[in-house]
Amino acid sequence: MSMNLLRLLSRRPASAPVARERLQILLQHERGLRGQPDLLGVLREEILAVVSRHVTLDPDKVVVRLDRGESVSTLEVDIEVPNGFDKRIRAAG
Amino acid sequence: MAKVLVVTSGKGGVGKTTSTAALGAALAQAGEKVVVVDFDVGLRNLDLIMGAERRVVFDLINVVQGVAKLSQALIRDKRLENLWLLPASQTRDKDALTDEGVGRVIDELRSKFDWVLCDSPAGIERGATLAMRYADEAVIVTNPEVSSVRDSDRIIGMLDSKTVKAEKNEQVKKHILITRYDSGRAARGEMLNIDDILEILATPLLGIIPESQDVLKASNVGSPVTLNNAASSPARAYTDAARRLMGEAVNMTVPVERKGFMERLLGRRAA
Repeated sequence: MSMNLLRLLSRRPASAPVARERLQILLQHERGLRGQPDLLGVLREEILAVVSRHVTLDPDKVVVRLDRGESVSTLEVDIEVPNGFDKRIRAAG
Repeated sequence: MAKVLVVTSGKGGVGKTTSTAALGAALAQAGEKVVVVDFDVGLRNLDLIMGAERRVVFDLINVVQGVAKLSQALIRDKRLENLWLLPASQTRDKDALTDEGVGRVIDELRSKFDWVLCDSPAGIERGATLAMRYADEAVIVTNPEVSSVRDSDRIIGMLDSKTVKAEKNEQVKKHILITRYDSGRAARGEMLNIDDILEILATPLLGIIPESQDVLKASNVGSPVTLNNAASSPARAYTDAARRLMGEAVNMTVPVERKGFMERLLGRRAA
Protein backbone atom coordinates (compact mmCIF):
# COMPACT_ATOMS: atom_id res chain seq x y z
CA MET A 1 0.00 0.00 0.00
CA SER A 2 2.63 2.45 1.07
CA MET A 3 4.61 1.71 -2.07
CA ASN A 4 1.58 2.29 -4.28
CA LEU A 5 1.11 5.63 -2.61
CA LEU A 6 4.77 6.44 -3.08
CA ARG A 7 4.56 5.60 -6.75
CA LEU A 8 1.48 7.74 -7.10
CA LEU A 9 3.31 10.64 -5.52
CA SER A 10 6.48 10.19 -7.51
CA ARG A 11 4.47 9.53 -10.73
CA ARG A 12 6.77 6.67 -11.60
CA PRO A 13 4.89 4.06 -13.64
CA ALA A 14 5.16 0.37 -12.77
CA SER A 15 7.89 -1.37 -14.77
CA ALA A 16 6.29 -4.84 -14.99
CA PRO A 17 3.82 -3.88 -17.77
CA VAL A 18 6.76 -2.56 -19.81
CA ALA A 19 8.57 -5.88 -19.32
CA ARG A 20 5.48 -7.77 -20.40
CA GLU A 21 5.03 -5.73 -23.55
CA ARG A 22 8.69 -5.94 -24.56
CA LEU A 23 8.65 -9.70 -24.11
CA GLN A 24 5.48 -10.16 -26.12
CA ILE A 25 6.86 -8.23 -29.09
CA LEU A 26 10.27 -9.89 -28.93
CA LEU A 27 9.03 -13.45 -28.58
CA GLN A 28 6.58 -13.04 -31.44
CA HIS A 29 9.55 -12.31 -33.70
CA GLU A 30 11.80 -14.99 -32.26
CA ARG A 31 9.16 -17.70 -32.55
CA GLY A 32 8.66 -16.77 -36.21
CA LEU A 33 12.33 -17.33 -36.89
CA ARG A 34 12.46 -20.70 -35.17
CA GLY A 35 12.88 -23.78 -37.30
CA GLN A 36 13.54 -21.74 -40.44
CA PRO A 37 16.91 -21.88 -42.11
CA ASP A 38 19.05 -18.83 -41.49
CA LEU A 39 17.06 -16.32 -43.57
CA LEU A 40 19.84 -13.74 -43.90
CA GLY A 41 22.34 -16.39 -44.95
CA VAL A 42 20.01 -17.68 -47.67
CA LEU A 43 19.22 -14.17 -48.93
CA ARG A 44 22.89 -13.28 -49.04
CA GLU A 45 23.81 -16.39 -51.03
CA GLU A 46 21.01 -15.98 -53.56
CA ILE A 47 21.52 -12.24 -54.06
CA LEU A 48 25.23 -12.90 -54.52
CA ALA A 49 24.50 -15.59 -57.10
CA VAL A 50 22.17 -13.36 -59.15
CA VAL A 51 24.45 -10.32 -59.16
CA SER A 52 27.54 -12.44 -59.88
CA ARG A 53 26.00 -13.51 -63.18
CA HIS A 54 26.54 -9.98 -64.43
CA VAL A 55 29.26 -8.48 -62.29
CA THR A 56 32.42 -9.85 -60.75
CA LEU A 57 32.02 -9.45 -57.00
CA ASP A 58 34.05 -9.94 -53.90
CA PRO A 59 31.75 -12.03 -51.69
CA ASP A 60 33.11 -10.28 -48.59
CA LYS A 61 31.80 -6.95 -49.95
CA VAL A 62 28.16 -8.05 -49.88
CA VAL A 63 26.32 -7.12 -46.71
CA VAL A 64 22.72 -8.10 -46.03
CA ARG A 65 20.97 -6.64 -43.02
CA LEU A 66 17.47 -7.09 -41.68
CA ASP A 67 15.88 -4.70 -39.22
CA ARG A 68 12.67 -5.97 -37.70
CA GLY A 69 10.14 -3.33 -36.73
CA GLU A 70 6.75 -3.77 -35.14
CA SER A 71 4.73 -3.49 -38.37
CA VAL A 72 7.37 -3.03 -41.07
CA SER A 73 10.81 -4.56 -41.45
CA THR A 74 13.57 -3.29 -43.72
CA LEU A 75 15.97 -5.35 -45.77
CA GLU A 76 19.21 -3.57 -46.52
CA VAL A 77 21.52 -4.94 -49.19
CA ASP A 78 24.89 -3.27 -49.55
CA ILE A 79 27.00 -4.46 -52.48
CA GLU A 80 30.31 -2.93 -53.22
CA VAL A 81 30.83 -3.01 -57.02
CA PRO A 82 34.32 -2.41 -58.37
CA ASN A 83 34.70 0.43 -60.91
CA GLY A 84 34.71 -0.59 -64.56
CA PHE A 85 32.53 -3.61 -63.95
CA ASP A 86 30.48 -2.85 -67.10
CA LYS A 87 33.52 -3.48 -69.29
CA ARG A 88 33.75 -6.91 -67.83
CA ILE A 89 30.14 -7.54 -68.78
CA ARG A 90 30.83 -6.53 -72.38
CA ALA A 91 33.97 -8.60 -72.46
CA ALA A 92 32.11 -11.57 -71.05
CA GLY A 93 29.12 -11.06 -73.34
CA MET B 1 6.30 -46.91 -15.51
CA ALA B 2 9.35 -44.73 -14.89
CA LYS B 3 9.24 -41.08 -15.79
CA VAL B 4 12.22 -39.12 -17.04
CA LEU B 5 11.94 -35.45 -16.14
CA VAL B 6 14.40 -32.76 -17.16
CA VAL B 7 14.80 -29.64 -15.04
CA THR B 8 15.91 -26.95 -17.45
CA SER B 9 15.80 -23.18 -18.07
CA GLY B 10 18.26 -21.91 -20.66
CA LYS B 11 19.39 -19.14 -18.34
CA GLY B 12 21.84 -19.86 -15.54
CA GLY B 13 21.35 -19.11 -11.88
CA VAL B 14 17.56 -19.36 -11.86
CA GLY B 15 17.43 -22.38 -9.54
CA LYS B 16 17.65 -25.57 -11.63
CA THR B 17 19.88 -27.46 -9.22
CA THR B 18 18.01 -26.25 -6.14
CA SER B 19 14.74 -27.30 -7.78
CA THR B 20 16.06 -30.70 -8.91
CA ALA B 21 17.22 -31.48 -5.36
CA ALA B 22 14.03 -30.18 -3.73
CA LEU B 23 11.63 -31.91 -6.14
CA GLY B 24 13.66 -35.13 -6.04
CA ALA B 25 13.61 -35.18 -2.24
CA ALA B 26 9.92 -34.28 -2.11
CA LEU B 27 9.04 -37.14 -4.50
CA ALA B 28 11.16 -39.51 -2.40
CA GLN B 29 9.48 -38.26 0.78
CA ALA B 30 6.18 -39.18 -0.84
CA GLY B 31 7.46 -42.76 -1.23
CA GLU B 32 8.65 -42.71 -4.86
CA LYS B 33 11.99 -44.20 -5.81
CA VAL B 34 13.98 -41.31 -7.24
CA VAL B 35 17.35 -40.67 -8.84
CA VAL B 36 18.64 -37.16 -9.50
CA VAL B 37 21.18 -37.00 -12.34
CA ASP B 38 23.65 -34.14 -12.75
CA PHE B 39 24.20 -33.30 -16.44
CA ASP B 40 26.34 -30.26 -15.72
CA VAL B 41 29.59 -31.94 -16.74
CA GLY B 42 32.63 -29.96 -15.66
CA LEU B 43 30.65 -27.72 -13.32
CA ARG B 44 28.84 -30.22 -11.15
CA ASN B 45 26.96 -28.87 -8.15
CA LEU B 46 24.07 -31.20 -7.49
CA ASP B 47 26.37 -33.31 -5.27
CA LEU B 48 27.06 -30.23 -3.15
CA ILE B 49 23.41 -29.21 -2.86
CA MET B 50 22.53 -32.81 -1.92
CA GLY B 51 25.35 -32.93 0.65
CA ALA B 52 27.08 -35.86 -1.06
CA GLU B 53 30.18 -34.10 -2.40
CA ARG B 54 32.59 -36.20 -0.36
CA ARG B 55 31.06 -39.49 -1.45
CA VAL B 56 31.55 -39.17 -5.22
CA VAL B 57 33.75 -41.94 -6.63
CA PHE B 58 32.42 -42.59 -10.14
CA ASP B 59 30.24 -40.34 -12.25
CA LEU B 60 27.90 -40.15 -15.25
CA ILE B 61 30.78 -39.98 -17.75
CA ASN B 62 32.38 -43.11 -16.28
CA VAL B 63 29.09 -44.95 -16.70
CA VAL B 64 28.46 -43.59 -20.22
CA GLN B 65 31.96 -44.71 -21.26
CA GLY B 66 31.64 -48.10 -19.57
CA VAL B 67 34.46 -47.45 -17.09
CA ALA B 68 32.11 -48.00 -14.13
CA LYS B 69 28.85 -49.84 -13.65
CA LEU B 70 25.77 -47.79 -12.88
CA SER B 71 25.51 -49.41 -9.43
CA GLN B 72 29.05 -48.22 -8.63
CA ALA B 73 28.31 -44.61 -9.52
CA LEU B 74 24.93 -44.24 -7.81
CA ILE B 75 25.08 -42.61 -4.36
CA ARG B 76 22.32 -43.34 -1.92
CA ASP B 77 21.06 -40.39 0.14
CA LYS B 78 21.85 -40.64 3.84
CA ARG B 79 18.47 -39.24 4.92
CA LEU B 80 16.09 -40.92 2.49
CA GLU B 81 16.74 -44.51 1.47
CA ASN B 82 14.76 -44.24 -1.79
CA LEU B 83 16.65 -41.16 -3.04
CA TRP B 84 19.79 -41.56 -5.13
CA LEU B 85 22.26 -39.30 -6.91
CA LEU B 86 24.19 -39.87 -10.13
CA PRO B 87 26.85 -37.15 -10.09
CA ALA B 88 28.49 -35.42 -13.05
CA SER B 89 32.19 -35.43 -13.71
CA GLN B 90 34.17 -32.47 -12.44
CA THR B 91 37.21 -32.97 -14.62
CA ARG B 92 35.89 -34.02 -18.01
CA ASP B 93 33.99 -31.82 -20.42
CA LYS B 94 30.58 -32.24 -21.99
CA ASP B 95 31.99 -33.69 -25.22
CA ALA B 96 32.62 -36.91 -23.28
CA LEU B 97 28.83 -37.46 -23.33
CA THR B 98 27.43 -39.21 -26.38
CA ASP B 99 23.80 -39.31 -27.41
CA GLU B 100 23.82 -43.09 -27.60
CA GLY B 101 25.68 -43.49 -24.28
CA VAL B 102 23.27 -41.19 -22.45
CA GLY B 103 20.35 -43.12 -23.97
CA ARG B 104 21.72 -46.37 -22.59
CA VAL B 105 22.19 -44.96 -19.08
CA ILE B 106 18.71 -43.41 -19.08
CA ASP B 107 17.21 -46.75 -20.15
CA GLU B 108 18.96 -48.52 -17.30
CA LEU B 109 17.80 -45.87 -14.81
CA ARG B 110 14.24 -46.24 -16.09
CA SER B 111 14.29 -49.91 -15.15
CA LYS B 112 15.41 -49.16 -11.58
CA PHE B 113 13.53 -46.00 -10.55
CA ASP B 114 10.07 -44.40 -10.58
CA TRP B 115 11.53 -40.98 -11.36
CA VAL B 116 14.70 -39.95 -13.18
CA LEU B 117 15.29 -36.22 -12.65
CA CYS B 118 17.89 -34.72 -14.99
CA ASP B 119 19.49 -31.49 -13.82
CA SER B 120 20.35 -29.65 -17.03
CA PRO B 121 23.30 -27.30 -17.41
CA ALA B 122 22.52 -23.71 -18.42
CA GLY B 123 22.68 -22.74 -22.06
CA ILE B 124 21.41 -24.42 -25.22
CA GLU B 125 24.52 -26.35 -26.14
CA ARG B 126 25.26 -30.06 -26.13
CA GLY B 127 24.99 -30.61 -22.36
CA ALA B 128 21.54 -29.03 -22.23
CA THR B 129 20.25 -30.80 -25.34
CA LEU B 130 21.46 -34.18 -24.04
CA ALA B 131 19.84 -33.58 -20.64
CA MET B 132 16.44 -33.03 -22.32
CA ARG B 133 16.93 -35.56 -25.14
CA TYR B 134 15.17 -38.56 -23.51
CA ALA B 135 12.73 -36.65 -21.28
CA ASP B 136 9.05 -37.52 -20.93
CA GLU B 137 8.36 -34.35 -18.96
CA ALA B 138 10.12 -31.05 -18.43
CA VAL B 139 10.15 -28.54 -15.62
CA ILE B 140 11.15 -25.14 -16.99
CA VAL B 141 12.50 -23.06 -14.14
CA THR B 142 11.72 -19.39 -14.71
CA ASN B 143 12.41 -16.25 -12.72
CA PRO B 144 9.94 -13.35 -13.05
CA GLU B 145 12.41 -11.36 -15.11
CA VAL B 146 12.63 -10.63 -18.86
CA SER B 147 15.83 -12.51 -19.76
CA SER B 148 14.73 -15.63 -17.91
CA VAL B 149 11.30 -15.64 -19.60
CA ARG B 150 12.89 -15.16 -23.02
CA ASP B 151 15.30 -18.07 -22.45
CA SER B 152 12.45 -20.25 -21.18
CA ASP B 153 10.60 -19.60 -24.42
CA ARG B 154 13.66 -20.69 -26.38
CA ILE B 155 13.98 -23.86 -24.30
CA ILE B 156 10.29 -24.65 -24.84
CA GLY B 157 10.96 -24.46 -28.58
CA MET B 158 13.82 -26.94 -28.20
CA LEU B 159 11.72 -29.32 -26.09
CA ASP B 160 9.19 -29.30 -28.93
CA SER B 161 11.76 -30.05 -31.63
CA LYS B 162 14.99 -31.65 -30.38
CA THR B 163 13.79 -34.38 -28.03
CA VAL B 164 13.20 -38.04 -28.88
CA LYS B 165 9.51 -37.53 -28.06
CA ALA B 166 9.27 -34.59 -30.47
CA GLU B 167 10.94 -36.60 -33.22
CA LYS B 168 8.29 -39.30 -32.74
CA ASN B 169 5.60 -36.60 -33.07
CA GLU B 170 4.79 -36.86 -29.38
CA GLN B 171 4.89 -34.09 -26.81
CA VAL B 172 7.20 -33.67 -23.87
CA LYS B 173 4.83 -32.67 -21.07
CA LYS B 174 5.98 -29.22 -20.02
CA HIS B 175 5.55 -27.40 -16.71
CA ILE B 176 6.60 -23.91 -15.66
CA LEU B 177 8.11 -23.58 -12.20
CA ILE B 178 8.42 -19.95 -11.15
CA THR B 179 11.17 -19.42 -8.62
CA ARG B 180 12.37 -16.42 -6.62
CA TYR B 181 8.89 -14.95 -6.73
CA ASP B 182 8.16 -11.95 -4.53
CA SER B 183 4.41 -11.44 -4.37
CA GLY B 184 4.83 -8.01 -2.78
CA ARG B 185 6.93 -6.71 -5.63
CA ALA B 186 4.60 -8.28 -8.20
CA ALA B 187 1.63 -6.58 -6.53
CA ARG B 188 3.44 -3.25 -6.71
CA GLY B 189 4.07 -3.72 -10.44
CA GLU B 190 7.81 -4.06 -10.00
CA MET B 191 7.95 -7.70 -11.07
CA LEU B 192 6.25 -9.69 -13.83
CA ASN B 193 3.27 -11.44 -12.28
CA ILE B 194 2.32 -15.09 -12.64
CA ASP B 195 -0.46 -14.53 -15.19
CA ASP B 196 1.82 -12.47 -17.43
CA ILE B 197 4.49 -15.17 -17.46
CA LEU B 198 2.03 -18.00 -18.12
CA GLU B 199 0.30 -16.07 -20.88
CA ILE B 200 3.58 -15.27 -22.59
CA LEU B 201 4.94 -18.83 -22.33
CA ALA B 202 1.56 -20.53 -22.91
CA THR B 203 2.57 -23.43 -20.68
CA PRO B 204 0.84 -24.72 -17.51
CA LEU B 205 2.14 -23.84 -14.07
CA LEU B 206 3.65 -26.45 -11.76
CA GLY B 207 4.34 -24.23 -8.79
CA ILE B 208 5.43 -20.87 -7.43
CA ILE B 209 8.51 -20.88 -5.21
CA PRO B 210 8.80 -17.71 -3.15
CA GLU B 211 12.08 -15.88 -2.75
CA SER B 212 13.34 -17.08 0.60
CA GLN B 213 16.40 -17.19 2.81
CA ASP B 214 15.65 -20.84 3.53
CA VAL B 215 16.94 -21.81 0.07
CA LEU B 216 20.41 -20.45 0.78
CA LYS B 217 20.38 -21.90 4.30
CA ALA B 218 19.59 -25.35 2.91
CA SER B 219 22.34 -25.16 0.28
CA ASN B 220 24.82 -24.00 2.92
CA VAL B 221 24.35 -27.24 4.83
CA GLY B 222 23.96 -29.51 1.79
CA SER B 223 20.34 -30.49 2.19
CA PRO B 224 17.42 -30.19 -0.24
CA VAL B 225 15.20 -27.43 1.11
CA THR B 226 12.24 -29.82 1.49
CA LEU B 227 14.36 -31.92 3.87
CA ASN B 228 16.14 -29.13 5.64
CA ASN B 229 13.10 -27.18 6.75
CA ALA B 230 9.89 -28.84 5.59
CA ALA B 231 7.75 -26.11 7.15
CA SER B 232 9.45 -23.26 5.29
CA SER B 233 7.59 -21.51 2.48
CA PRO B 234 9.83 -22.77 -0.37
CA ALA B 235 9.71 -26.33 1.01
CA ARG B 236 5.90 -26.26 1.10
CA ALA B 237 5.82 -24.90 -2.44
CA TYR B 238 8.19 -27.61 -3.72
CA THR B 239 6.24 -30.33 -1.89
CA ASP B 240 3.01 -29.13 -3.54
CA ALA B 241 4.76 -29.07 -6.92
CA ALA B 242 5.98 -32.65 -6.43
CA ARG B 243 2.45 -33.79 -5.60
CA ARG B 244 1.22 -32.15 -8.82
CA LEU B 245 3.91 -34.06 -10.74
CA MET B 246 2.46 -37.24 -9.24
CA GLY B 247 -0.92 -36.27 -10.65
CA GLU B 248 -2.60 -34.93 -7.53
CA ALA B 249 -4.76 -31.82 -7.78
CA VAL B 250 -3.32 -29.37 -5.29
CA ASN B 251 -4.62 -25.81 -4.97
CA MET B 252 -2.15 -23.30 -6.34
CA THR B 253 -1.18 -20.85 -3.63
CA VAL B 254 1.77 -18.57 -3.21
CA PRO B 255 3.27 -19.62 0.11
CA VAL B 256 4.21 -16.52 2.05
CA GLU B 257 7.32 -15.96 4.05
CA ARG B 258 6.53 -15.79 7.72
CA LYS B 259 8.61 -12.93 8.94
CA GLY B 260 9.53 -12.24 12.53
CA PHE B 261 8.96 -8.85 14.05
CA MET B 262 12.55 -7.67 13.64
CA GLU B 263 12.73 -8.95 10.06
CA ARG B 264 9.54 -7.11 9.30
CA LEU B 265 11.02 -3.98 10.75
CA LEU B 266 14.31 -4.28 8.88
CA GLY B 267 13.46 -6.59 5.98
CA ARG B 268 12.33 -4.08 3.38
CA ARG B 269 15.56 -2.17 3.33
CA ALA B 270 17.76 -5.22 3.73
CA ALA B 271 16.16 -6.93 0.74
